[in-house]
Amino acid sequence: MSVSVSTVRTPARTSRFERINDNRAFLSWLFMLPAALLLLVFLTYPLGLGVWLGMTDTKIGRAGEFVGFENYISLFRDGVFWLSVFNTMLYTVVASVVKFALGLWLALLLNKHIPFKAFIRAIVLLPFIVPTVLSAIAFWWIYDSQFGIISWTLQRMGLIDRYIDFLGEPNLARASVIIANIWRGIPFVAISLLAGLQTIPQSLYEAATIDGGSPWQQFRHITLPLLSPIIAVVMTFSVLFTFTDFQLIYVLTRGGPLNATHLMATLSFQRAIPGGQLAEGAAIANAMIPFLLAAILFSYFGLQRRRWQQGGRD
Amino acid sequence: MATVDIRRVKKAFGETEVIHGVDIDIGDGEFVVLVGPSGCGKSTLLRMIAGLEQITEGEIAIGGRVVNTLPPKERDIAMVFQNYALYPHMTVRENMAFSLKLRGADRTEIDRRVTEAAEILGLVPYLDRYPRQLSGGQRQRVAMGRAIVRNPQVFLFDEPLSNLDAKLRVQMRTEIKALHQRLTTTSIYVTHDQVEAMTMADRIVVMHDGVVEQIGTPLELYDSPANLFVAGFIGSPAMNFISGRLRRMNGAVWVEAPDGTRLPAGPNAPGADGQEVIYGFRPEHMTLANGADGIAARVSVVEPTGADTYVYAEIAGTQACAIFSERHAFAPGETIRLQPDLAVVHLFDASTGRVLD
Repeated sequence: MSVSVSTVRTPARTSRFERINDNRAFLSWLFMLPAALLLLVFLTYPLGLGVWLGMTDTKIGRAGEFVGFENYISLFRDGVFWLSVFNTMLYTVVASVVKFALGLWLALLLNKHIPFKAFIRAIVLLPFIVPTVLSAIAFWWIYDSQFGIISWTLQRMGLIDRYIDFLGEPNLARASVIIANIWRGIPFVAISLLAGLQTIPQSLYEAATIDGGSPWQQFRHITLPLLSPIIAVVMTFSVLFTFTDFQLIYVLTRGGPLNATHLMATLSFQRAIPGGQLAEGAAIANAMIPFLLAAILFSYFGLQRRRWQQGGRD
Repeated sequence: MATVDIRRVKKAFGETEVIHGVDIDIGDGEFVVLVGPSGCGKSTLLRMIAGLEQITEGEIAIGGRVVNTLPPKERDIAMVFQNYALYPHMTVRENMAFSLKLRGADRTEIDRRVTEAAEILGLVPYLDRYPRQLSGGQRQRVAMGRAIVRNPQVFLFDEPLSNLDAKLRVQMRTEIKALHQRLTTTSIYVTHDQVEAMTMADRIVVMHDGVVEQIGTPLELYDSPANLFVAGFIGSPAMNFISGRLRRMNGAVWVEAPDGTRLPAGPNAPGADGQEVIYGFRPEHMTLANGADGIAARVSVVEPTGADTYVYAEIAGTQACAIFSERHAFAPGETIRLQPDLAVVHLFDASTGRVLD
């Protein structure tokens, strides 16, 4: 409602400070500045430096020169690089799909009325709270070829006669690191989806029950579509975390055996720091950008408000 | 269409019993309103009929078939929820078609029935909109449309108008009633609003604290309330109550208030001399008395509404309301004399709250 009040403005002299203080454009820039500076210093500069390094022949201790796409051309012919791309894709796809399925299942269970609900929810969060390095070390012990509890148990049950070298055989090692990643990633997916589930009004399920929907039909026609915006956010983050994973691999296998578990992130680090080839490491890291952009674009379209979310009042 | 028989139904949540044995027989095609203050168990009872709550004890039969253990979808009922419970990700058409789709009806049949219901409710222009794009009244209509397309035996309404503004509520009230007259499907309607109950119901069930206080047509409840609760609940403004002692002398009967005020009752009024009673009269059953007759009342507030004049006054130390169809301009503090219509004065037993007979 606008009420026009016609008062005679007293021609008081407004100070310079007051005038600036009234200037919305100036103020909005002023308030954005700290955040913009932080982004510039801690995100834009490192990213730009990375891109630049990828086009030089910099080594540790020696400033490099611009070499154009030489690093990328050599990577293109590098079998280990392509293996790491394959590993990263496998790792990301399998771990994300399983994390989604198990996370959703757990969220659905936790959304029901079960005894000790708060306690169980707290337990579910545990893998998320423990520092990654610590949980990786725990998994290292579990998978250990001499002291591993899985091998010990299986042997006691009489199912195997020799300890399994989980991290010593390429495909077993791949499976092992993926399982560790899943274990660590489920809480994030489960708790976020649980939050989403709780925003779905109970009356919709009652209406669907009366409309004759079986539990599966209710899940298919009510839960899943109403959860889809949250699923898009959660899975984008989950994919980004998984794709750029480093800690788990670095503690468990360091990329071995036979580079079978080398991800692009670990390979980049290995070439750049222990290997001293800063430029090559940067080029590998830069090669992750198209994949990450694709994931972000996917989320951009996935996150767009559905038509049913638009317009009107509540 | 079907009858609904509720027999000695009880409901307990854990240790707490909230419905203590309710008996209601609802006839085929009847429009019955369950009314009562919040927490009286009316919604719980409706949800038991729908199958959304377990029946702790007793029986509910729809069309002669006991449904206690049947899941909601096999009870052949449709329900309209207070918050409409429309599926937000489905268009109006999809919302209305959902139950038929789940049932596996064929496409032409679904189209036919959705269009039919949309025409009845004036929803045809909105069929491809999403619930968010509709106003409150339109959403309410969609919720009813969803119920209509199924052509159920019984419609259940759970306070369907309480989320609407006052004007729309009155309009939708009329629409629902007209709809019932057209479809003649047995309907059970829950509300806490006694005006809704009075205007819509064939019969009203007044509930309070998990028991049925009285069942009857709107005018039966209005004219002959069985107890203080019903008398106070039905009618707006509410019936006035003044407690006192019944007196009979030389054929005259009156109630004497503690301060000595005499409240006249009809010569055939029931009750024994000296009995503690509550004297009840409706605001509209008062007229201005001539001279020194009638009951003295000290005016506190006068509310002219245009059509009527509401006068709030103190009678025997109790606030009471009187409604006049003429216009009066009493001054606050002024003492007026009121004459109740003796034929419609109600006397209740002060200890049990039941009407004297």
